[in-house]
Amino acid sequence: MSAFIEKTLRGFSSASEYAASAELLASGGGLLQDVDPRVKVAGLFGLVIVVAAARELRVIGAIFAVALVLAFGSRIPVVKLAGWVWAPVLFFSGLIALPAIFLTPGSSVFAAGGLTITSQGLRSAAFLISRTETASTLSALLVLTTPWPRVLRALRTFRVPVVAVVILGMTYRYIFVILRTALEMFESRKSRTVGVLNPGDRRRLAAASVGVLLSKSLQLSGDVHLAMQSRGFRGEVYLFDDFHTRAADWCWLAGFAALGFTALWWQR
Amino acid sequence: MLARRFRSPWVYSALVAALSAVFQLDAVTYKYESLTAVDAVSLSIESGTRIALLGANGSGKSTLLRLLDALYFAESGSVSFRGQALTEQKFEDDRFAFDFRRRVGLVFQDPDAQLFNPTVFDEVAFAPLQMRWTKQEIFQRVNDAMDLMQIADLKDRPPHRLSGGEKKRVALASVLVLDPEVLLLDEPTAALDPRSQSQIIDLLIGWGGSGKTVITATHDLGVVEDTADYCYVLEKGRVTASGTPNEILRDGHLLARANLLHAHRHSHGVGEEHSHPHTHPHTHPE
Repeated sequence: MSAFIEKTLRGFSSASEYAASAELLASGGGLLQDVDPRVKVAGLFGLVIVVAAARELRVIGAIFAVALVLAFGSRIPVVKLAGWVWAPVLFFSGLIALPAIFLTPGSSVFAAGGLTITSQGLRSAAFLISRTETASTLSALLVLTTPWPRVLRALRTFRVPVVAVVILGMTYRYIFVILRTALEMFESRKSRTVGVLNPGDRRRLAAASVGVLLSKSLQLSGDVHLAMQSRGFRGEVYLFDDFHTRAADWCWLAGFAALGFTALWWQR
Repeated sequence: MLARRFRSPWVYSALVAALSAVFQLDAVTYKYESLTAVDAVSLSIESGTRIALLGANGSGKSTLLRLLDALYFAESGSVSFRGQALTEQKFEDDRFAFDFRRRVGLVFQDPDAQLFNPTVFDEVAFAPLQMRWTKQEIFQRVNDAMDLMQIADLKDRPPHRLSGGEKKRVALASVLVLDPEVLLLDEPTAALDPRSQSQIIDLLIGWGGSGKTVITATHDLGVVEDTADYCYVLEKGRVTASGTPNEILRDGHLLARANLLHAHRHSHGVGEEHSHPHTHPHTHPE
């Protein structure tokens, strides 16, 4: 039980630390931090599509190199990128890619104990991992150089429904409130738990905590709705759009487009 | 009869509104299932007054504020604002609803319920956006409200990264941005450190001094004299006493009965420890 609580507490703490670090990076100075969020959403999403459509590893590698340069210019520490993006993506895409190394038919590169690694299998795995790593790095560049509320507002430009944008914004807002409540509940229980609980008690306590948290969340959501009504909410939500596109932003957009088209032309 | 003497019904309505109390409650009752939160409350609140609703936790103060803000509607009895009964049917009319919401603002006790936007600027701009004001006007009013509450430097910060005092000031700014004529406050100083408490009180004194109606629900007797001209004491959903802050604060039996005084073991610096109901007085250092 204590190990479970410790792990849960560590998970809550690391989630809050991650959010704090990401907000600090996004609000700091740097190459991409100064670019209009709409340009970043369009440009980086365009590059993700190019990566997904790429048929040659050198093209994906070149875009990954550009992403690294942008990360360096935006003062994103490589250690953080490795910890937050590359390692988890490598783990999960590696799990999916691993069987392909052995199961894809083709010319044998290595064989042992009845398992054969084929060159085609290696190529498939390399494509899958490099695509996911590059696409994830490009996405991370967007969220690590743009405050989340501005990412959401930028989505409105691309006709994402206002309700979806508001729900995402409120989710981001309240996930920290719920996390804090959960953390306090776990700390409170930890301070009063002595010895080892049997599995049945552990399950009962976990279920009771989830129930209490859900009840508190429902109470809070009711109060939030009243607070919205009190300030004039009548079912329609309106957002304030204060974006200003400068000449430099148009240059960035042209740069992203040029890079995408060059990558597609290179693999003709 | 009187209405017939006026050729225009608009003139009559305007006259009624001007002469009426801001809020008039007649035998208002509200229940949460079987629990009666507000029980046959009748009171009248005049324009420009500062009212304190005093009561212990669970006495019905917050429910009464929500009834005044037309978030809840009376199960029996009536609540009127400027001579107009507040009913669910009335709030189906957008024009009436927007007009009322612009003129009456409620600051919730829990800032986490009040602050639901991703940034402080978005929070303060929420109400003007719902009122569909022009972009320029919204920008101007939001900046004015943030300057008034001294939170301009927080405008791009997410509310979950603010301290308790900062959250409270943002919550106040999000309501004052509409420049309401009535401000309803639910425990404005709850869970704040002494410095943040005094900042909030100073801001309220400054704002209330401009002829606005301020209704504060609190159990903090230390702020009553500074924030109210008249008090109502609530016990189990009923108004059991009313009077000036001086009259109410002098009535120890009333305060003890309403659970607004407390007793814990202490000594007066000399002699043995003992306990009796008391409040904590404050001093004005040189």
